[in-house]
Amino acid sequence: MSATAAIEINALEKTYASGLKALDRVSFTVEQGEFFALLGPNGAGKSTLINTLAGLVRPSAGDAKVYGHSVQRDWRAARRALGVVPQELVFDPFFTVREVLALQAGYFGLKASRAWQDEVLEELGLSDKSETRMRGLSGGMKRRVLIAQALMHKPPVVVLDEPTAGVDVELRQLLWRFAKRLHNDGHTIVLTTHYLEEAESLCDRVAILDKGQLKTLQTTESLLNSHPWRDIEMQLLSFPSQLPASLQKLYVEQAGEWHRWRLHRDEHSVADLLEALKQQGAELKDIRTREPNLEDVFLQLVGRDDS
Amino acid sequence: MTANKQFNTAGFATLFEKEVRRFMRVATQTVVTPMVTTLLYLLVFVQVLEGRYSPAVDFSYAEFLVPGLVMMAVIQNAFANSSSSLLQAKMNGSITFMLIAPLSALEILLAFTLAAVLRGALVGVGVWGVASLLTDWHLVEPLWSLAFLMLTGAALGLLGVIAAIIAEKFDHMSAFQNFVILPLTFLSGVFWSVSSLPEFWQPISALNPLLYMIDGFRYGMIGVSDFDPARSAGFAALFVALLFGQTWWLLHRGWRLRG
Repeated sequence: MSATAAIEINALEKTYASGLKALDRVSFTVEQGEFFALLGPNGAGKSTLINTLAGLVRPSAGDAKVYGHSVQRDWRAARRALGVVPQELVFDPFFTVREVLALQAGYFGLKASRAWQDEVLEELGLSDKSETRMRGLSGGMKRRVLIAQALMHKPPVVVLDEPTAGVDVELRQLLWRFAKRLHNDGHTIVLTTHYLEEAESLCDRVAILDKGQLKTLQTTESLLNSHPWRDIEMQLLSFPSQLPASLQKLYVEQAGEWHRWRLHRDEHSVADLLEALKQQGAELKDIRTREPNLEDVFLQLVGRDDS
Repeated sequence: MTANKQFNTAGFATLFEKEVRRFMRVATQTVVTPMVTTLLYLLVFVQVLEGRYSPAVDFSYAEFLVPGLVMMAVIQNAFANSSSSLLQAKMNGSITFMLIAPLSALEILLAFTLAAVLRGALVGVGVWGVASLLTDWHLVEPLWSLAFLMLTGAALGLLGVIAAIIAEKFDHMSAFQNFVILPLTFLSGVFWSVSSLPEFWQPISALNPLLYMIDGFRYGMIGVSDFDPARSAGFAALFVALLFGQTWWLLHRGWRLRG
């Protein structure tokens, strides 16, 4: 564990003038070099948290630090340590891609490095767009420029706020390759996304926010293991006309030819289920299992699992 | 000195450069068009009033009018520069890039204000240059003229920043421009001397800070003024200082900019 945390959030509160409490005493730490997911439904407080780190929102109480620098008391150093890729496709239409990159470096007190610009542009597939005005780029290209802008001052911590929202599959793949590369280069990455499979495959740890409160913070693996259910799906040549109560309570739904059952990890076994079905006269054609994913855990934690 | 208090010179210079490049990129709209519009005022007013109205002894109406028109150009363009740039950035969200950078309220304010002064000065000097081809030109006290030009550009640049912070849509800005800036400009002695106004209007006009700026600038150009230029400069400087303090406070608090 590193001596200084990449991000340290301590009893952070934010209540907007409207009375909305967006953050309610949130505390957690992101260590240097982590690939960290920040998840939550809409309105959970994710954007408020990120905007507080970036200096776009002033906390009502508590504090947040980036690389040991308070975002309130030592805000210049905190901002220099942080690169934020905003969720919205915001851009300045007057300038070319290369100009906006040079401007962003300049705001941070740095002389524009053409070599660094070229490297980032190349990685993001923007080399042939460097002299194009921002207003002339497609949405996907603008998204890539936002990432490049966030990296111009070479921040050790990069926050990606829903970077793949609304982008096509090809660009999504490119963005994740790039995020992995940044992580491998030593950057701490904080990711918010609605595509939970992305967080599951990329992130070491996951924090879930709901209604401004931290619901959980665990490694991705332990979070998945904490979900006690797994689904068994079967294709049956014949389905029993009537199921006993013990089987009925495990039955979830039928989708096409497949029947889905949900078993508790500790209380039920697949063998018992198969045996019970056999006794009811069911003939098995095919079987498959589905392990819990982050979406299941997420829905369970935020209390919106309809199943 | 803590890191927070160290002036981010490169950041300020970048923001200033960006603001200048922004208006120079559309110079036809931001520099040339206002020059032409202002010169049309010269042609029309001189055509109508030359020989009938002479507020300054020994000077034609055109010679009296040119300093007022130069200042009108400075006023309108300095205001337009900071207000439109900041409001556009607010509306399209690109203000985020500035707000997440290690730029203080002072650095942001200086960059926007100086860019506004520069655009106002460019248009003002352009108007003066072309007007000088049409009428006799004078520059009796260049330093006074320069001082008033800078103070006026700064004041209107600051007002532009305030208006952009307050405005939540372009309609609000249009209202501010048409119901505040335009009346203050037209009722500030651009076209006439305040001493030629009816007695009732003179003390009311005296509350208009732009009056002293235009009067002082006119003194620098033709050596004639309604007020002591040193006092006018004092008023103008005080006005700029008050606006600067107010605008700095709004930016420092992040009012309507940061959540």
